[in-house]
Amino acid sequence: MFKFIFRILKDFPAYLWSGWGAIASIFLFIACWDVGNQVYGNLVLPSPLETFQTLTLMLQDDAVWVEINTTLYRAFTGFAISLIFGSILGLTAGFFATASIMSRPIVTILVGMPPIAWIVLAMIWFGMGDETVIFTVVVASFPIIFVGALQGTRTLDGELKQMAESFNLPRYMKFIDVYFPHIFSYVFPAWVSGLGMSWKIVVMAELLATSNGIGASLAIARSQLDTPTALALVTIMIGSLMFIEYIILEPIKREVELWRN
Amino acid sequence: MEKLEVKNLNHHFGFTEILKDINFQLNKGEVLSIVGPSGGGKTTLLHLCANLLDVQEGKVQNSFKSSSFAFQESRLLPWKNVIDNIALGLLANGVKKNKAIQMAQEIALKFGLEEDDFDKFPKDLSGGMKQRVSFARALVVEPSLLFLDEPFSALDIGLKKELQTHLVNIVKKENLSILFITHDLMEAIRLSDKVLLLEADPGHIIKEFNYNLDLQLRDDKFVYNETAKILQDETIINTFELELK
Repeated sequence: MFKFIFRILKDFPAYLWSGWGAIASIFLFIACWDVGNQVYGNLVLPSPLETFQTLTLMLQDDAVWVEINTTLYRAFTGFAISLIFGSILGLTAGFFATASIMSRPIVTILVGMPPIAWIVLAMIWFGMGDETVIFTVVVASFPIIFVGALQGTRTLDGELKQMAESFNLPRYMKFIDVYFPHIFSYVFPAWVSGLGMSWKIVVMAELLATSNGIGASLAIARSQLDTPTALALVTIMIGSLMFIEYIILEPIKREVELWRN
Repeated sequence: MEKLEVKNLNHHFGFTEILKDINFQLNKGEVLSIVGPSGGGKTTLLHLCANLLDVQEGKVQNSFKSSSFAFQESRLLPWKNVIDNIALGLLANGVKKNKAIQMAQEIALKFGLEEDDFDKFPKDLSGGMKQRVSFARALVVEPSLLFLDEPFSALDIGLKKELQTHLVNIVKKENLSILFITHDLMEAIRLSDKVLLLEADPGHIIKEFNYNLDLQLRDDKFVYNETAKILQDETIINTFELELK
């Protein structure tokens, strides 16, 4: 385990160094944004500079941090619930053919139902507050994690199991060396997509169903036609997602999936 | 005396009879081949002997102290590098990690792998290299009995010969016993003391051929001659459906 963390840290500088291309494309995007500003004017699309200035001001304001923390709390609570239940139920369902067949239509319903419909239902069931948002996040990210975990156990390789059997691997070795790496290679990407989904859904749910959090701030910015603030809020959302995805998760994923084609 | 004894063995998958009344005995230091056409129940028989399948009818008595298995496909763990794959069986037997790694490295070199390959994952290895690793993994545990399931079938002639020579040397030096299944008669003749012919539908043994010449003394000429002889045999012709057209 420590060796694993050490390897991630060791490869981290090289990984960061490989990010110049990504940074270049972000700058290109910002340049296009600036062109848009010059064509359509400040009201429709504020310049990147103005947006980042607003952002800096906002980040110095404690009230904004309270909103960010509220949103973080909701997103992570919802995500944590999905992660725990989705993984456990998915892994278990994968071990039983009947359970995996039966769960498929339910997953289709969960995935197919638009999150906005869930928000309406949740507003009726739970009222305007944390529960509604957390519920929507759970409903949206649960099926992704569930399916990932289910695939993980469904696709365990019978030939490798037999090989493990032929070498008389003790139970703990079978789990750690044969089953776990395979299952993890399915579950981990599912967690990553689930997290991304949670982060998007939380803002939407907040915008419609609560009076605080980043989503609600976005709604206020809209009603006051305060485009720079709206864009600054969007930048916070995207910036934080990029940080989590590229700085934290991607290096782990690379190390975990080194053996893959 | 260590031995593997199979008595009156029958096996079914559903209503299909796969094996019927199989009897043979494999003694310490012997190499026994079972040849027959593909789909004739050879792999099932081997899995029953290696305790990878439950015996339904009859008896399989294995008194060998230890055994290991080399499969047709290499069956390496894709998330472990060469050395960790080889060390798998050692760790399962409770050998200390450092010792296991050291033994794995030694045998890897013996099997023609290079130090540069040690950290590679199976995806970066060629088919032949994977099979080398698979052999090293099976032999590093110093088994008393080795089960081979057509492990040479996907290899080029050179590598086939190299691995077979390795095996012959180990059989001589460490008195290794091998139960070997194959559809390749030449392979069987090169490596075995005794060859059993398995006819399909349902699989049963119809003939036995014995070869007494020392394994290390068998050259290409011997193998070709014996193969030519055996190919004239009526039962072989019928079993493999070698009709001349």
